[in-house]
Amino acid sequence: MGNEKQTFIKNPTFKWVGTRPVRPDGMDKVTGRAAFGADYQLPGMLVGEVVRSPHAHARIKSIDVSAARALAGVHAVVTAEDFPDLPSEIAAGGEAPINFRDVSHNVIARHKALYEGHAVAAVAATTAAIAAHAVALIKVNYEVLPHVIDVREAMRDNAPLLHDDLFTTGIDPQPTTPSNIAGRTQFVLGDIAQGFAEADIIVEREYTTQPVHQGYIEPHACAAAMGADGMATIWTSSQGHFMVREFCAKLLKVEIGQIRVIPAEIGGGFGGKTTVYLEPLAMALARQSGRPVKMVMTRSEVFRASGPTSGTHVWVKLGAKRNGTLTAGEMILKYQAGAYPGSPAMLGGMTGFAPYDLKHAKAVCYDVVSNRPKCAAYRAPGAPMAAFGVESALDEIAQQLGLDPLELRAMNAAKAGTRALYGPKFLEIGYAETLAAAKAHPHYSAPLGPNQGRGIASGFWFNIGGQSSAAVHVNEDGTAEVVTGNPDIGGSRASMAMMAAEVLGIDLAKVKPIIGDTAQIAYSFLTGGSRVTFATGMAVVEAAQDTVRQLRERAAKLWKVEFAEVEWRDGMAYCTRTTEEPRAPLSMAAIAHSCAKTGGPISGTASINASGAGPGFGTHLCDVEVDPETGAVKILRYTAIQDVGRAIHPSYVEGQLQGGAVQGIGWALNEEYIYDQQGRLLNPGFLDYRMPVASDLPMIDTVLVEVPNPGHPFGVRGVGEVPIVPPLAAVANAVSRAIGIRMTDLPLSPPRILATIDRAKRST
Amino acid sequence: MSKHHVSATINGEAVEYLCETQQTLLDVLRDELGLTGSKEGCGSGDCGACSVMLNGRLVCSCLVLGVEAAGAEVATIEGVAQGNSLHPLQQQFLEDAALQCGICTPGFIVAAKALLERNSNPTETEIRYWLAGNLCRCTGYDKIIRAVMGAATNMRQEARHG
Repeated sequence: MGNEKQTFIKNPTFKWVGTRPVRPDGMDKVTGRAAFGADYQLPGMLVGEVVRSPHAHARIKSIDVSAARALAGVHAVVTAEDFPDLPSEIAAGGEAPINFRDVSHNVIARHKALYEGHAVAAVAATTAAIAAHAVALIKVNYEVLPHVIDVREAMRDNAPLLHDDLFTTGIDPQPTTPSNIAGRTQFVLGDIAQGFAEADIIVEREYTTQPVHQGYIEPHACAAAMGADGMATIWTSSQGHFMVREFCAKLLKVEIGQIRVIPAEIGGGFGGKTTVYLEPLAMALARQSGRPVKMVMTRSEVFRASGPTSGTHVWVKLGAKRNGTLTAGEMILKYQAGAYPGSPAMLGGMTGFAPYDLKHAKAVCYDVVSNRPKCAAYRAPGAPMAAFGVESALDEIAQQLGLDPLELRAMNAAKAGTRALYGPKFLEIGYAETLAAAKAHPHYSAPLGPNQGRGIASGFWFNIGGQSSAAVHVNEDGTAEVVTGNPDIGGSRASMAMMAAEVLGIDLAKVKPIIGDTAQIAYSFLTGGSRVTFATGMAVVEAAQDTVRQLRERAAKLWKVEFAEVEWRDGMAYCTRTTEEPRAPLSMAAIAHSCAKTGGPISGTASINASGAGPGFGTHLCDVEVDPETGAVKILRYTAIQDVGRAIHPSYVEGQLQGGAVQGIGWALNEEYIYDQQGRLLNPGFLDYRMPVASDLPMIDTVLVEVPNPGHPFGVRGVGEVPIVPPLAAVANAVSRAIGIRMTDLPLSPPRILATIDRAKRST
Repeated sequence: MSKHHVSATINGEAVEYLCETQQTLLDVLRDELGLTGSKEGCGSGDCGACSVMLNGRLVCSCLVLGVEAAGAEVATIEGVAQGNSLHPLQQQFLEDAALQCGICTPGFIVAAKALLERNSNPTETEIRYWLAGNLCRCTGYDKIIRAVMGAATNMRQEARHG
């Protein structure tokens, strides 16, 4: 094996892959010992608090911090003045381009506050009470400006402007007057005019979705310490400690090597912890005070100043022949970016039609700023809203043509060789297999009663690879540590250990997975894009293969034979030389024990830029009952089916499907941001921002379809994001069929459904 | 303002602590006593991540003041396992993969334990309503509910044979 190119392991019999062992970090998490972002305590630590704008849009005329500074117990106060004024430049980011000026301005407002909750200053004091008092003593002189919240209002010519230097990109020639439209992107395949001319029926609809928060239960939290030598240490809960290091270095203009970031356990992220909010502030406060500073957001701050994903307006036009063959699809997507450019509109345009073999398709995507918190990635960013439109329109086509919605999808399903609107031709994919599994599932033939409906929807996500590192350290007794650089957000340590044990051929209990900090393992791109089990897993496989190669070399030395005469099986070296007395096999422990005689410690490493991520497709079935008296929707049955490539630990793969489905159900039924006339968020708490609770739901059934990804040695595809793509339409299609009225605006909360039913009653 | 001197029993041990008037029991547990297993997800009693037992009653410790625990018996996640021996709920959460990120897990285990102490054979619906005050954003609750049902079964069998 060694450094040979990865090849997919065919017809395998695995010892660990595909089993369901207890996760290695589980004990600490069920006993309360696991240390999350807010759980660090350092000697002399101060408490940091943030001063936030009460206005949706305001010019910051002056900030008077003198009274706060004079308060006993206050050790540092920072404003934008304490951060370098970065130039606007688009840097290549991991998942999307990044403008560090915008990141900096979002972390601490410079000149203008662009949303209610925007940070304008921060303090550090000996106690939380003193810090809160200091926050109240900071006098910010605001000039309140007109604001705009809604995406379509923000696109109007006379809308209040957030940035006077924002000129729409993607239009030729580029406009010379600024607007709130940050960018326009379009994708074209074939000729839609021809495609629609071939259609026997056309469905054309507008759909809206509300911004929703990732809703991780752990608020953003970090601690920072900075020594007199300028070396900073940050303990933080994030989806990527290397990302935190890079962003803090950029925002504070220090070298990357001056910052060490130590990953805490992360209490949920879903994309929302792929950027920085508190860390640069904590670092600046620690630098000014010379003492460690801890910062933890309240839930209200989380809602007002972090996340969410975009609220959207999506127009979809789909054409089909009488037999159900789709002839053309067109989409116009308008996505709220929040206060700074960077909504996932483009990703919506790329993904919406991806499950279907469309010869003629077009998507036009608008990225629009408004006076809301800057949106952050949320699980398959941009895809669920586009899929809501496309999958709802498909459902109407199925209804109008009298076709089974699964049949309609199967008839048009993308397969190997299908060219997607966004460019590539798919290799091996398992979309059709998910449709077949859906059809065969007992859920699909369960009887429905009055006021009940069944919804079907599918979804696609790219999944990514990217840069990852792994190291396997063989200990003196033959146990091993597997070190990677990706925060474990949902059980990935189990998968890393299992893949390493599989390659090493040893007992899983002998492998200890560790997440190294930025000084302990080489760079690894963040935990996002459903990349960790795929890309970091591939690094683990290669590091373990490197370790096996070294173990064989050491055995060859001990036996004084050629490397090629040593085979590695089941965690043991076997000598294949037959011309001499047979040599007893050597265990990993025996080789490790004598490593001083053969060249020193044994440690395999791999640093890779993984390509070959396999696209993922899922199909969801949802049964609902609508109460005609109250408009309340009850989820009766839910089944999530997905091509997962190969499930390393099936329980945690199922968990991804179940969790993603339920987040999607919340998005479809209840979650929304409610603003008052002044642009202030009225529901920044879990009581009024209504996420699903246990009593809202049935069990979520799952089917793992395994069409192995040829780009990964075990066939892994990313699995975390696909499951949030279908539910919006699956739920809406079920509700629409239950009440006999097409529902196109989310959330499908009881008042909205009741009003729809009442309106229909009045008009008949 | 001077701090209050409070005596309480926490996980069976007599404990004394100083706290400010406005500090919650959760603040005291986490910041004064180093018991960080109870988590703050909302600070408003909506997420259940800070669930503890106060004199035998399940409460959100973010809604109780530190001074209110004077003379009380408090039980937290740190006291659920007996040394290295896990409670059946903890064991079942591990075996059923009933946690992903794990931040809500201590609250769920404390709350589920309170349920099983008053109802050793709850239905799925009873478990779902009892745990409706505990938010989990990762799992969709499926595996959590199954783990509680499984632990209840194991505990009933244990009680019968033990």
